[in-house]
Amino acid sequence: MLLNVDQSNPELESISSLQITTKVNNNKMASKKIRTAQIRLMSSHQEVYEPCDDSFALVDALLADCSNLLKHCPALCMEIGCGSGYVITSLALMLGQEGLGVNYIATDINPHAVSVTRETLNAHGVDAELIITDIASGLEKRLAGLVDVIVVNPPYVPTPEDEVGADGITASWAGGENGRCVIDRILPVADHLLSEKGWLYMVTLTANNPSEICLQMREKGYASRIVIQRSTEEESLHIIKFWRDSDIEVFKNEKVMTEKSVPARLMDYVLTQFPLFSFWRSSDSDNKLIQRNPVHTDLDAKDLLRIQFHPVSHSLQSVRYENFDLWGTLGIMSFCYKCS
Amino acid sequence: MRLLTHNMLSSNIKGVTNGFPLRIEAEKVVEKTVEMNPDFLKKMFDKIQWKAFVDGSRAMGFTELPEEVDSSVLESDEFLSRFHHALLELHLEEGALVCPETGRRFPVNKGIPNMLLHEDEV
Ligand SMILES: C[S@@+](CC[C@H](N)C(=O)[O-])C[C@H]1O[C@@H](n2cnc3c(N)ncnc32)[C@H](O)[C@@H]1O
Repeated sequence: MLLNVDQSNPELESISSLQITTKVNNNKMASKKIRTAQIRLMSSHQEVYEPCDDSFALVDALLADCSNLLKHCPALCMEIGCGSGYVITSLALMLGQEGLGVNYIATDINPHAVSVTRETLNAHGVDAELIITDIASGLEKRLAGLVDVIVVNPPYVPTPEDEVGADGITASWAGGENGRCVIDRILPVADHLLSEKGWLYMVTLTANNPSEICLQMREKGYASRIVIQRSTEEESLHIIKFWRDSDIEVFKNEKVMTEKSVPARLMDYVLTQFPLFSFWRSSDSDNKLIQRNPVHTDLDAKDLLRIQFHPVSHSLQSVRYENFDLWGTLGIMSFCYKCS
Repeated sequence: MRLLTHNMLSSNIKGVTNGFPLRIEAEKVVEKTVEMNPDFLKKMFDKIQWKAFVDGSRAMGFTELPEEVDSSVLESDEFLSRFHHALLELHLEEGALVCPETGRRFPVNKGIPNMLLHEDEV
């Protein structure tokens, strides 16, 4: 059973000094202090986005997921829109370099940003391949399916369309309608470049409608979760992680029953079968959840309930429930129950 | 820019069908020593388009790669160290990448290729 309820982690502030024990290189257990880029070593330029709350939130999300990333053993990592280089430098410090078999590529449409990233990397003694290009233009053909980790802090601020991709620093925040203009171009490219085991980490703003982004990625076979959610005075940020989920692929090919077509009797049966449903029903501690999400009576359009039956015996095989409507309070809530 | 990256780059001009490999014009090449990781090299060996790689390394002044290879070469330490050197230690610092179909030059300055297109190329 899988239940993802991620909330921003109050302990994160202390994570940068976290000690993690990892298997390094020749299987020796080593205790390693995790480092990220340091502001005093950052280069800057008036036309380049300086590390901000969104940059810090993304790096904190990578830190929060650091032990998974180390186990993931990525060979190629990539950042789209590297700006000052704060994120790609932090990632390189966290995961190591060539000797550990990790290589990095970063792109930006702003030539000044790429130069600043070069200086920031140098100042930290790490390296990445840098390319001035629009998203990943020029790489799509040969890099397809090879990238194990992609990180993106895109221009996400809702603006007039004509500011999108403008020269200099405007391109760092201008996101067009709902701030989705560049994001919607990045997602299919990321899907194309990611390897089978690939992960994408992306910053989004509430105005970008992150739940819809997740549903859209779901159609492409990706599961998602919020790694960090953070509200600042001006904005509420979500750092979302996407990965290919074989369950989703499977479900795509199965007969899928959604919400209202589920007969009440069947739902009752399902409810008696699964402890989690009863947890949900009886959880008085979160009335909001119960009100917004009365599982067995009227699932609303944002709930997806997928029930899978055995093709021959018609016995119940699995139930998957996802709700994309609880953003802002709980993150995506989803679980999958496979009957053995 | 490393030859690893060169091997992953194609001309992105609209309408170009054979945009790979970009021809390297080298004005300045630098070498930076990095630690070798045989597993990474073995993983990349399958992904590299060998002819483009050999031609690229020649253009950068390194001529010690075999023209023809099959996976048995991976057994040889000598091969691995040459492969490592050409793939990760040679950097095109100044020069250009030339589209094989149109001849358009993408400049490389301070090791950074600029693949941005003019308005009439997108
Ligand atoms: C919000 S800033 C993030 C910068 C840096 N990654 C950070 O987190 O601090 C977005 C960056 O994306 C770049 N960008 C905008 N549109 C782009 C595009 N179409 N292709 C590549 N980069 C782009 C901008 O130039 C800017 O550096």
